[in-house]
Amino acid sequence: MSGALAQPALMLSLLLFTIGVVGVFLRRNVITVFMCVELMLNAVNLAFVAFSRQMGTLDGQVLVFFVMTVAAAEAAVGLAIIIAIHRHKDTLDVDAFNLMKW
Amino acid sequence: MIDTVVFYLFAALAAGSALVVVGQRNPLYSALALIVTMGSLSAIFGLLGSPFIAALQVVVYAGAIMVLFLFVIMLLNVKREDGESSQSPGLRTTAILLGAVLLVQAGTVLWAWQVAAPAGFDASAVKVAQALFSSRYLYVFEATSVLILAALVGAVALAKRER
Amino acid sequence: MSPLQQELAIAAVKVVAIFVVLLTLFAVMTWVERRALAFIQFRLGPNRTGPFGILQPMADGIKLFFKEEVMPAGADKWIFLAAPAVAVITAFMSIAVVPYGKPFHAFGREITVQIADLDVGLLYIFAISSLGVYGIVLGGWASNNKYTLLGGLRASAQMFSYELALGLSWVGVIMLAGSFRIQEIVTAQAGGLFHWNAVQQILAFPIYMIAATAEVSRTPFDLPEGETELVAGFHTEYSSMRFALMQMAEYVNMITVAALGSNLFLGGWLSPVPSLIPDSSLWFLVKLFSLLFLFIWLRGTLPRLRYDQLMQFGWKVLVPLAVLNIMVTAGALAFFPAGIRAFFGFGR
Repeated sequence: MSGALAQPALMLSLLLFTIGVVGVFLRRNVITVFMCVELMLNAVNLAFVAFSRQMGTLDGQVLVFFVMTVAAAEAAVGLAIIIAIHRHKDTLDVDAFNLMKW
Repeated sequence: MIDTVVFYLFAALAAGSALVVVGQRNPLYSALALIVTMGSLSAIFGLLGSPFIAALQVVVYAGAIMVLFLFVIMLLNVKREDGESSQSPGLRTTAILLGAVLLVQAGTVLWAWQVAAPAGFDASAVKVAQALFSSRYLYVFEATSVLILAALVGAVALAKRER
Repeated sequence: MSPLQQELAIAAVKVVAIFVVLLTLFAVMTWVERRALAFIQFRLGPNRTGPFGILQPMADGIKLFFKEEVMPAGADKWIFLAAPAVAVITAFMSIAVVPYGKPFHAFGREITVQIADLDVGLLYIFAISSLGVYGIVLGGWASNNKYTLLGGLRASAQMFSYELALGLSWVGVIMLAGSFRIQEIVTAQAGGLFHWNAVQQILAFPIYMIAATAEVSRTPFDLPEGETELVAGFHTEYSSMRFALMQMAEYVNMITVAALGSNLFLGGWLSPVPSLIPDSSLWFLVKLFSLLFLFIWLRGTLPRLRYDQLMQFGWKVLVPLAVLNIMVTAGALAFFPAGIRAFFGFGR
């Protein structure tokens, strides 16, 4: 039924991952960079589900569950950090946070 | 047949909105495009025979995480990103080129991975829950609950105003 | 006609029928609400337009249709236009998996009075109600008005806080029926009044009703659209048909939540005394209308909760109680020997 779709799904997952990676390079706003990271996580989820379908095991599904949980925790903490640093610097430009740059 | 058509429809939607996420200047529109991406991914999960994960994708990602993103964007009143980037245009082109290289290289490897998918695939909610609580993943499951608790406490502590 | 064409035709008829019935019910509910509220408040309510004011919803519709559509200056145009659409779309998407009556036999097959009997029906409803938050958040933001923004953010925070308690109250029901499919949950309550989930999950039913009232922003939890606070909350700047769409979304959500409550907890189309009176779709309608009347009754009787009281109640009272309910249900299912389970009619 849906087995033949797993291969195109893998290619889509790669495409989304690449778009996410390029986004992390190119964007300057911290929140947008964070959203590109979430995009990469979603691409990985798709890869897991596609592999799970291809191998016929449920390990992929369980791992997707854990990836989602960790992504939720990371999003909460990451956004709290963004709020905190916005309070200090009043900007969300990635280039402005360069105190540790040598 | 209709499965394939619907799949390519949602795949196009997902890829298109991913490009909007990366390309759009206004972070609010990027967030909305990301929600569309997650929704189409949920549809694709359903097409791949995983209804439980499809529903979870909407509940957790599109319904909770993205709401959090929207809240932060609205509270911080994030404006359009414009002005000169400190990166030179050469660096940006290199980034896009490297992305294309990644796409081509990993694409050839993945394309060579042709495995016939078995027919009887049951990933319903009951089965996935059984796998989650199986001896292999039970410890990790309990550990993620501690992780979420830590994230909860951490997020509140970080976002609180210093009085 | 080939079987596929038959299936498609039946599905199309179901979609049209349920859609039309719900829209009519929405119009009738506005009238019932205004009359019932009026009687509770010792006044008459609309009684001029037609006999007993029954044409009032039609008059309202015509008035709203001819009003001028205003968009505030500086409003984000596309999001302003999209927000009521998102609210209505999510409201109507969740009506698709709720059964509205007893399955019947026709054309040589059993036809469920439900558009789509998903294997993960309850999870689907949870997912769609999570998406319902966006209509409010985007509507509040797009109006370029600090009152609507605050109203929108508060409303969405309220919605997803009580969504948690709502989902947790369902878990006990799912455990008893062993499935996420709503048809199976209804049939698992067969056997009379004491097998209904309202009796077997005696803690989860009030939690569900309270969380559902908060989820659809009805009094006592209607601070988001409280008419005397925050102007009119997140839909202040909406006029004419967009306002009508937001109202439609709210009422359809209320009807869905009431229908879901009657299916999950009150046994749907099952009769309380199956030996005396048979099951029929009329029982479902009776239960649906009683729950809808309960919502109206609550609105006329209870004062509005303050926002911090509301959030405290949701997080500190409802969620722990719902978790307690899950633990007790799981314990009863796991530890009691099969004999006691059969006696109390637990589980399958």
